[in-house]
Amino acid sequence: MFDYRAAFGLEYQNLFNRTHVAGPFDDGPALILGNENRRGRPWTSILLGFIGSAQVGPFYLGAVGLASIVFGFIAFEIIGLNMLASVNWDPVQFIRQLPWLALEPPAPAYGLHIPPLAQGGWWLMAGFFLTLSILLWWVRVYQRARALGMGTHVAWAFASAIWLYLVDGFIRPLLMGSWGEGVPFGIFPHLDWTAALSVRYGNLYYDPFHMLSIVFLYGSTLLFAMHGGTILAVGRYWGEREIELTTDRGTAAERAGLFWRWIMGFNASYESIHRWAWWFAVLCTLTGGIGILLTGTVVDNWYLWGVKHGIAPMYPRVYPMIPDPGHLRGVLQ
Amino acid sequence: MAMMNFEYKYRVRGGTLVGGDLFDFWMGPFYVGFFGVTTAFFSLVGTLLIIWGAAIGPTWNVWRINIAPPDLSYGLGFAPLREGGLWQWITFCALGAFCSWALRMVEIARKLGMGLHVPIAFSGAILAYFTLEVIRPVLMGGWGHGFPYGILSHLDWVSNVGYQHLQFHYNPAHMIAVTFFFTTTFILAMHGGAVLSSLNPPGDEPVKTSAHEDSFFRDLIVYSIGPLGIHRLGWFCAINAGVWSAICIVISGPLWTRGWPEWWNWWLNLPFWR
Repeated sequence: MFDYRAAFGLEYQNLFNRTHVAGPFDDGPALILGNENRRGRPWTSILLGFIGSAQVGPFYLGAVGLASIVFGFIAFEIIGLNMLASVNWDPVQFIRQLPWLALEPPAPAYGLHIPPLAQGGWWLMAGFFLTLSILLWWVRVYQRARALGMGTHVAWAFASAIWLYLVDGFIRPLLMGSWGEGVPFGIFPHLDWTAALSVRYGNLYYDPFHMLSIVFLYGSTLLFAMHGGTILAVGRYWGEREIELTTDRGTAAERAGLFWRWIMGFNASYESIHRWAWWFAVLCTLTGGIGILLTGTVVDNWYLWGVKHGIAPMYPRVYPMIPDPGHLRGVLQ
Repeated sequence: MAMMNFEYKYRVRGGTLVGGDLFDFWMGPFYVGFFGVTTAFFSLVGTLLIIWGAAIGPTWNVWRINIAPPDLSYGLGFAPLREGGLWQWITFCALGAFCSWALRMVEIARKLGMGLHVPIAFSGAILAYFTLEVIRPVLMGGWGHGFPYGILSHLDWVSNVGYQHLQFHYNPAHMIAVTFFFTTTFILAMHGGAVLSSLNPPGDEPVKTSAHEDSFFRDLIVYSIGPLGIHRLGWFCAINAGVWSAICIVISGPLWTRGWPEWWNWWLNLPFWR
């Protein structure tokens, strides 16, 4: 008899913690010499305790962390105050129009020069402080791992995301010779930038590195569905103890492996699934950055690039030839 | 030898949903089962139909092979094989294969005494496919609204449908779906990195523990969700990425026919701004 209650009953699916254990707080392993003490008194969140650990804090601040937060705050304030100024300092209109508001980069005419503050100078400054904040945060990620005697895999994954950020807002504008190529700060405006970039350069879907980036984005999501699902499914055998089961294989690891072996003839191990995960996530932004870096610098029209290399057909001309207004003004020569 | 040294004791009979022990055996590392047979049948027929479609098409260039759905003039009726009928049968076979695969996962999970989290998550992906190729075309009254089968041609379809709504990034459900995709990839990097950095410490350091992982994230961002919670969060976000993708496309056309930027006017026109 198929036990529907066992199969589908929520209490058996390991989706929530059913018991909340109240014990002494975990202060964490000692940090290596040269570190400050951890800060903040830990506290317990009942709500967080339903899906994961209930303990919040303590945390490590340190000079690097403090500097990163201060510079990040400065960037945030520059962006916010510029948006507020753009609606005449009207707080109601600020909230009403917030998704549309922007801090735009300088006009193309300024090239790589430093424009007046109101003409994009604030954008440059916000970008400078945000970049400083992000790079310091990277140092922090690296140092926190080292202070615990751990590897620095998280820091290097973060570096891959920083690569995409730097390409979009700094390296590509530099190669194109204009800060105006950078991404505006703002919710809808950065979406408009994305769409405009794609249209201007002949549809980014034909960019092979964009294709790879999407493959790794969807692939990462697929991997986490598979991995998260597998670990939850062996939760009744304490399968979430990944370190222990890597070094000393238990029944949870055997079942998790056999599950995929019987399904698709192949399985990762408790350690190697995390290598798959790390590489898929890292390659998403790594290939994405390459795709954007080539756009406009090396390739002017991705669709025509696709036609040239035989991946896309030449579609019939539907509209009469229209001269590019840019050529008429002599800008693109 | 197709078995790992510990595998023998796990290969037990039973746990099947249908068919009793008719197909209850293994071939090499693969479990067969009733749904293994139906998976093989649907994938084989579907793949052959795709090859047939490529053969009667203009090119064998793998990037440019395209098997399009029927013209809109066929509405929701059957089309001749050469004019979209192949697409219809390929879609049927794909759904048959996907559902068989999910049910085979259920049988294998039951044999191993595992939960059903993986087939449940996979159902979210099947739902997204079903929404794109069946629900939305049915709601819009023509199979021609489905996406074509082809590496570049399906990208053209996404592009075209996007521009029919002017700027698809303004679709609120699309925003949520993209946010879930990015978040899932982000936390996958953090989780993968945390486990690898615990297992592979520098130099001669001993392997670290999950307590180190927790401390790393608490030190860094004040909170660590923990070794069990991260898998709940990742599973939840991954499923939501697929489900919100389904929602964002099924509302485009059946529910909202104009440009998505325009949709946001309700926010600008709320009464309390005055």
